[in-house]
Amino acid sequence: MLADKNRIFTNLYGFKDKSIKGAIARGCWDNTKAILAKGRDWIIDEIKASGLRGRGGAGFPTGVKWSFMPKKSDGRPHYLVVNADESEPGTCKDREILRHDPHILIEGCVIATFAIGAHTAFIYVRGEFIREREALEAAIDECYESNLLGKKTAYGYACDIVVHHGAGAYVCGEETALLESLEGKKGQPRLKPPFPANIGLYGCPTTVNNVESIAVVPTVLRRGASWFVSMGRPNNFGTKLFMISGHVNTPCTIEEELGITFRELIEKHAGGVRGGWDNLLAVVPGGASCPVVHGKDMENVIMDFDGLKEVRSSFGTGGVIVMDKSTDIIKAIWRLSVFFKHESCGQCTPCREGTGWMMRLLARMVEGRAQKHEIDLLFEVSKQIEGSTICALGDAAAWPVQGLIRNFRIAIEKRIEAYTYAASQQEHCLTEAAE
Amino acid sequence: MSIRRLAHESIQPRAFSFTADNLFWAEKTIARYPEGRGHSAVIPLLMRAQEQEGWVTKASIKYIADILSMPYIRALEIATFYTQFQLKPVGRKAHVQICGTTPCMLRGAENLKAVCRRRIHSEPLETNMAGTLSWEEVECLGACVNAPMIMIFKDTYEDLTEERLEEIIDAFEEGRESSIPVGPQNGRHSSEPIASVSLRKLL
Repeated sequence: MLADKNRIFTNLYGFKDKSIKGAIARGCWDNTKAILAKGRDWIIDEIKASGLRGRGGAGFPTGVKWSFMPKKSDGRPHYLVVNADESEPGTCKDREILRHDPHILIEGCVIATFAIGAHTAFIYVRGEFIREREALEAAIDECYESNLLGKKTAYGYACDIVVHHGAGAYVCGEETALLESLEGKKGQPRLKPPFPANIGLYGCPTTVNNVESIAVVPTVLRRGASWFVSMGRPNNFGTKLFMISGHVNTPCTIEEELGITFRELIEKHAGGVRGGWDNLLAVVPGGASCPVVHGKDMENVIMDFDGLKEVRSSFGTGGVIVMDKSTDIIKAIWRLSVFFKHESCGQCTPCREGTGWMMRLLARMVEGRAQKHEIDLLFEVSKQIEGSTICALGDAAAWPVQGLIRNFRIAIEKRIEAYTYAASQQEHCLTEAAE
Repeated sequence: MSIRRLAHESIQPRAFSFTADNLFWAEKTIARYPEGRGHSAVIPLLMRAQEQEGWVTKASIKYIADILSMPYIRALEIATFYTQFQLKPVGRKAHVQICGTTPCMLRGAENLKAVCRRRIHSEPLETNMAGTLSWEEVECLGACVNAPMIMIFKDTYEDLTEERLEEIIDAFEEGRESSIPVGPQNGRHSSEPIASVSLRKLL
C-alpha cells in the first residue's frame, strides 16, 4: 500500500487550499529553476529512467515520446498539447487534478515544454468539464501574475499556456483527432505517419501527453527516478490514480502504487464488493475499452500494465468498473456498445457501420431474441473491426464485446434458450387455442 | 456516430449577434491562438453563442463563420459534429443531462431517466408544456466514482437518488436552484471514499 509520504497528489479531494499559496506550501513550484538548469537531455533521460508510462491508456513511455521531438527547431515552433479530454466511461482522474491540484499540472507543463523545446502548451479540456476548466484558468491567471508563466518568468524560460476546450466528442481523446479539433475542425483522427512529433498542431512538431503523465513529472524529477522505480515492478513503475466505480461499497478515486492486487485495492479503498466477494460477477479493469474479465479470474490480479495483460485485458487508464451478480452483464456491455456507436466519428467504414451493427445485435441478445450461431458471427465481425481503422476507437469498441463472448458466452446462450423456450410455449398455447 | 440536423426553419431566429461583452470576449479568445490560426476558436465561440441564446441557431453559426472568416459549411460541420451543441431549444430553467453510460447505469441511471420521463417529457430533447424543462441521456460525463449523476447547464449533481433528483427538478422549476449544493448529494466532499476520515484529513 502506498505510504503517505510517497503521494504525488496531495490535494486530490480538494480539502486543502488549491490556490497558488496552498500549492507552494505543498511543495509545488519549489525551485523549478534548478530542475530546468540541469538541461533538456537530463530531464528526458531522468523521465526515461523513471520508466514513467503514459497515463492516458496506451502506456507509451513518456520520456521516449519526448525524445522523438526534433532536437533543433527548423524554424517551426514546437508545441506541447495536454490531453484533458477525459471521456472514457470509468475514467475520472484528470477531473480531480484539474479542479483540485491544477498547479502541479501547470508546473509539469513548464518542465515538459522546456524538455521538448516548446514555448507554448495547449491544454485541451473536454467541453463538459466547465467548472474544472474555470479552476484551471484561475490557476493559470495566478501563475501569470506571479511570473511563473509568460515571456519573462522567474525561472528564465518563456512559457505560455492556452486552455482550449472541446464540445462533447470522445474521439477527440485520440491525439490526432484532438489536434484536428484544436485546429477548429471536426475531430477525425489523422493517418499516421506523419506522427505529431514531426507534423502535429498547425503542421508543427507536437507532443501530446495525458494530464496525469504531465502532472507527475515535477515530483518525479524532484525526488529522482530512483524513488519512482522503488514503487511497482519493472516495466510498471510508480504510482497511479485508480478510479473504482460500480458495485462497490465506497466508490472513489485513489492514488496507489502500481502492482497492488485487485483484492487489496477494492478492500482497502472501495469498502469491498457490494454483497461480498462471492457476489462479484465481472470487472472492466481499465475503462470502457478494456475487455471485461470474469470476477473469479480477477481477485488476485496485479493491477498494472502487464498484470492485466495476463488476464487478456488491459490496464487502460486505471478506471475499474465492478459489477456484482445483480448485473445484467449482456446489457452492461450493450450499453458500452451504445457509447462507442454514439462516439464513432464516422470516418472509417468498419467502425462507423460496425459499432452500430454490434450494438443492434447485442440489443437483441439482451432480450435473447437471437440465434446461437450469431454469437460466433458477432465475434467474427468484432475481429474485422479490430485493427482495420485509422484510430483505436474501432478496437476499443470491439474489445468489450470480445471480452463478453470469451467470459460470458454461457450467459448469452442461456438468455437465447430462455427466450426461445418462452416463445415456443406461447406458440404451443396458441395452437391449442386454435384447436 | 450520431446524425444531427439543424432545427426546422420555422423556429430559426432571423439574426444573431454577440452582446458587446461577448464580442469583446470573442476577440480576446481569438487572439490567444497563434496568428492566422483563429479558426481554432470556433468551438469556444459557438459555445458562447449557445450560452447567450440557449441553443445554437443557424444565424449564430453563420455569424461565427463570418467572424472567423471561415466558410459557413466548416462551422456547420463543427456544430453538428460535436454533441454538446444543442441544435434546438431546450428547457429555459433546466436542461437535465443524465449520464447513462455503464458505470452510471450500474448505479441506477435508468431510474433517473424514468423520473425525467415522468416529470419532464416522455421523450428526450423535448421541452415540457411550459418550455421550462427538458432532459436527455448523454454519454459519460466523467464523474464515474460519483455515479449516478446529472449535469444542468454548467454544474454537476452527483451521487443521486430518484428522490433527490425530484427535489432538484422542483428547485430549478421554482427558480430556487441556488438552494441546491452542487456536486455530491450524499454528504461527500468530492471523490473520496465516503467512510474514510483519515483521507479527509490528509488530502
